[in-house]
Amino acid sequence: MSGAAAEPRARAAIFARLRAAPDVEPVAVPDVAGYYRNRAAPSGESRRERFVRNARSWRAEVIETTAGDWPAALDAVLDARNVRRLLAGRGTTIADTLAARLPAGRLRWYDAPLASFKPELFGAIDAGITTTLGAVAETGSLLLWPDAAEPRTLSLVQPLHIAVLHESGLHETLFDAMVGQGWAARMPSNALLVTGPSKTADIQRMLVYGAHGPRELVILLLRDGDAA
Amino acid sequence: MSAASLPQADARVSPEDFKQRSHESLHDAHLRQSFRGAMDFLVERRALQFPDLQAFNTLRKLGENVRQHALAQLPDLLERLEARLTELGVAVHWAETPADANRIFLDIARRHAATLMVKGKSMVSEEIGLNHEMAAHGVECIETDMGEYILQLDGDRPSHIIMPAIHKTKEDVAAIFHEHIDGAPLSDDVNELIAIGRRALREKFASAKIGVSGVNFMVAETGTLALVENEGNGRLCTSVPDVHVAITGLEKVVDRLEHVLPLYALLPKSATGQAVTTYLNLITGPRRAGEKDGPREMHLILLDNGRTQAYREARFRATLQCIRCGACMNHCPVYTRVGGLSYGTTYPGPIGAIISPHLMGLQSTRDLPTASSLCGACGDVCPVGIPIPDMLMKLREAGRHSVAESITPPAQALVGQGSVRRAGEVLAWRAWRVLYSHAALYRLFAWLAPRLRWLTPAWQGGWTASRAALKPAPRSLREQLARRRAGRTVPGR
Repeated sequence: MSGAAAEPRARAAIFARLRAAPDVEPVAVPDVAGYYRNRAAPSGESRRERFVRNARSWRAEVIETTAGDWPAALDAVLDARNVRRLLAGRGTTIADTLAARLPAGRLRWYDAPLASFKPELFGAIDAGITTTLGAVAETGSLLLWPDAAEPRTLSLVQPLHIAVLHESGLHETLFDAMVGQGWAARMPSNALLVTGPSKTADIQRMLVYGAHGPRELVILLLRDGDAA
Repeated sequence: MSAASLPQADARVSPEDFKQRSHESLHDAHLRQSFRGAMDFLVERRALQFPDLQAFNTLRKLGENVRQHALAQLPDLLERLEARLTELGVAVHWAETPADANRIFLDIARRHAATLMVKGKSMVSEEIGLNHEMAAHGVECIETDMGEYILQLDGDRPSHIIMPAIHKTKEDVAAIFHEHIDGAPLSDDVNELIAIGRRALREKFASAKIGVSGVNFMVAETGTLALVENEGNGRLCTSVPDVHVAITGLEKVVDRLEHVLPLYALLPKSATGQAVTTYLNLITGPRRAGEKDGPREMHLILLDNGRTQAYREARFRATLQCIRCGACMNHCPVYTRVGGLSYGTTYPGPIGAIISPHLMGLQSTRDLPTASSLCGACGDVCPVGIPIPDMLMKLREAGRHSVAESITPPAQALVGQGSVRRAGEVLAWRAWRVLYSHAALYRLFAWLAPRLRWLTPAWQGGWTASRAALKPAPRSLREQLARRRAGRTVPGR
């Protein structure tokens, strides 16, 4: 490899130039926590209401339901869009319910690695359903940590992404979620903040949904309290 | 000149021709209208995101603090980042020049016998001319950002760093798709055009072995690469192919994960007037054991290409605070009128004028720092507090003066230092200095100048291009005062 010999030289030269630069006055450590602490607290609506309003402003469809009723709400979503094949991950908190509720032909498990699953994933599936790690009320965004059970492409390739969100998972800001859940010490290979469906305004600034990712994002929001 | 007749992307344009191209752009009514409309739109959208100036200033101060804090310890952070990424199984590469970076890309492509790469939006990949270089070696590198894809099909170049195809109409796009994509109907319905682009690129995502991306922020603490986007093509490029190669400038690192937050709060608001983008994609290493997708192999290429020159001088270091939002160009009265393609650089507008001299040398970029009225709008809207007007002035000085002649001499000359320096001009100022510091000589000059005014040339360079020639007055002020004192109150003949 021609690059292999040149790279250590390049690295050494770059560091030599950076180290040779004169010191500047010390810069204070940024107080990100202080910034979020000092901001005016939102008022006038509940965190759930704020999340729903913001998520809808990004064209996500939010269906407020309960732990008991969400499978029926899901049926309605699938029927309304004529979804024949729904992709889901095994072993998640929603997997048993999905298996019990949906006919075998309609539900497809994401079992195989992408390499062998690619033709089907890109060709024969109408929607993907995932759990969420939580959400951010301030911006109406979902937090997703794709993993072995729910791969990255489960929320990406299909034209419809359905996400199941518990009200208890709502955080006010991304900072609250990141620090509250101690992300820095345990970052997964991929962590996502997802706000609305995929979109572009690259042609004459005209907004179009479904650029490369989902055209539609449906959030089943399971309210607290109604569950028992 | 219409945008469609601009040079092909691979015929590398040069900032040397900035004045000529600006002149042509100014006479292109269509281009001016589309830029004006787009910039007004972006300016208005940004203003809606920052209704409270005090709140904006507080957040901006924090963003500036994060970037300055990172730059103050840049070599240490880069070492920590490299160590963290290596632990995660990411290969870290260092490139001093675009040629180095392209060689690294090519080595990776050859090792995987790859003939196709899919690429998410990356200005650094434009900086190194990746598509062209790969094509020259038989590797197709496909742009997947809709705007960039349109330009690539047409052999055109981006005119804005956030909205690259802003100079194209939907009719232009319809014609480009119809010509270059098999089976694409001629439609000027924007929804249908995007659907055509989506379908065409799906095949590429599914078959490419290598996915290429830029990086918005890198985190030294965790080895995380943060990518900001709306379309989902960045996620596809970094999730579907077996190999992910990220490339970025070495200045993009921050210390801690939470330091990304204020920058992410500033970037989309400043860029497109959105509070958030559809996706904030945080990637920390390749696919882990048991995972079914994501790249099996991951590389990060860190490019210098002149950034260490900006780092070396405290007066230019703030250039590296930039988070590439494009707000400075949206608000620039010069950029709005001449358009992004006139600059002939990867980064146009005010930020381009202060970064390009470090990337390309002051020789070819010497006109860019003068493409400003110094109105200060770029500095006012910059989300990380880069004093762009000050830097434009410092670069003008560096262009005009050698190190020895500088008012505050830099430690080392910039590449291309003094390239605007002209012997005649230097001589003229020296003569002026001698005259003004010797009373007798000055008096002689003041007596001679009115008497020799008939010798003044009618052509006086740039001045007479749009103004009357300068001539000494028939009588000097001193003489007029002397006559008045002597009782002759009517001056002149």
